[in-house]
Amino acid sequence: MIALIDYGVGNLFSLSSSLLAVGGDAVITGEPDVIKKADKLILPGVGAFSDAAEKLRESGLDRVIVDEAKNGKPLLGICLGMQMLFEKSYEYGEHKGLALIKGCVKPIADIIPKDYKIPHIGWNALIFKKETPIFKYIKNGDHVYFVHSYHAADCDENVTAKTEYGAYLTASVQSDNVYGCQFHPEKSGDVGLKILKAFLEL
Amino acid sequence: MITKRIIPCLDVRDGRVVKGVNFKGLKNVASPVELAEYYSRAGADELVFYDITASYEGRRLFTDILTETAKKVFIPLTVGGGINTVNDFDRVLKCGADKVSVNSGAIKDPSLIEKAAKLYGDQCVVLSVDIKRVDGVFTVFSKGGRENTGIEAIEWIKRGVGSGAGEIVVNSIDTDGVKGGFDIEMLNAVCEAVSVPVIASGGAGGYDDFIKLFTALPKVDAGLAASVFHFGEVDIKELKKKMKDNGIEVRI
Repeated sequence: MIALIDYGVGNLFSLSSSLLAVGGDAVITGEPDVIKKADKLILPGVGAFSDAAEKLRESGLDRVIVDEAKNGKPLLGICLGMQMLFEKSYEYGEHKGLALIKGCVKPIADIIPKDYKIPHIGWNALIFKKETPIFKYIKNGDHVYFVHSYHAADCDENVTAKTEYGAYLTASVQSDNVYGCQFHPEKSGDVGLKILKAFLEL
Repeated sequence: MITKRIIPCLDVRDGRVVKGVNFKGLKNVASPVELAEYYSRAGADELVFYDITASYEGRRLFTDILTETAKKVFIPLTVGGGINTVNDFDRVLKCGADKVSVNSGAIKDPSLIEKAAKLYGDQCVVLSVDIKRVDGVFTVFSKGGRENTGIEAIEWIKRGVGSGAGEIVVNSIDTDGVKGGFDIEMLNAVCEAVSVPVIASGGAGGYDDFIKLFTALPKVDAGLAASVFHFGEVDIKELKKKMKDNGIEVRI
């Protein structure tokens, strides 16, 4: 069973539908006991980093997720959920994350040319940087769907793919059993489903 | 590189897909769920569902269809039509929509954009504008293009973006249904005015119209159309191939 962690941030309908489509037994939950029993965890999220981090702390789920991940349970962070895996974010101030992966979250505006639109919205190609089991069914150059204005920085040793948007942005990361996708696999058609299928098979 | 998006639009009334020619004379096409799956397989980058139902029963039927689609189609879904309050946002987002398009609802209550953007984020709010030249001035029309609001379109769009609209759909009434190509002049005026993604709508008649659009206006992010896709005049796979051959970045 996969726990789709519900902490009041974003809509989990599409994500749970896409997991069902690849044969996943997904449960949307905010219950620590269910999260502890699950084989795998997915941490979703949209919106502002500080709100999401605050909600995770208030609910006490931050400790549960960190403990489970440190015990070796596969964890996949998606979009803002991926950003939460890092030590801190510089989105409107400075906010602490779960610190499961070294690095921080910075505005893409810092590195992309001025005439590029923000957010980075749309389908962009993955540029593989490092082998990762969740990409075993897809190939370098496959397109995935992005919607974001911030990305993970100072984390080169854990970057598994980048994407080009006037500069190279972090598209995905892995540190042992902790995985992150800046893009939305649940909105990335067949390529996205293949990534989720590979995660289920870990 | 980010790719140019091709977006089929499905007008849905009483559970069926319809397409108005110049917004009048609606024709039945197919089941929205089937059509959505078909387009997703063909390589559509996104889908837009417009609810043109007036009745309560029709509206419930629409959200059922949306839910059914979101269970089977894993590309971004935008929903528009009858969005007047943040409760309407909530209703369609819960059924699997990723973005919500506002049009007449924002004209009636311009604070709707700001309220929705604060709750769901800018990326969720799409401002759709039906524009027609009136004495040479780009003018906003409401109620499916039937009513002249007297509002100047470029100022309206700038205000919408300032309030938090994350994308703009520019639908030219002057070229809609005519199949003579997108309204390059109007789209250029919008692209010059705002820095959020601009989606071109109205006027696609064939493959060349999309090529012309993206070649003439590299700032346009996406092309939206309905009947050319529904009636098979433009096949999405073939279109993407032609775009690629013309040096336009696409997802294949």
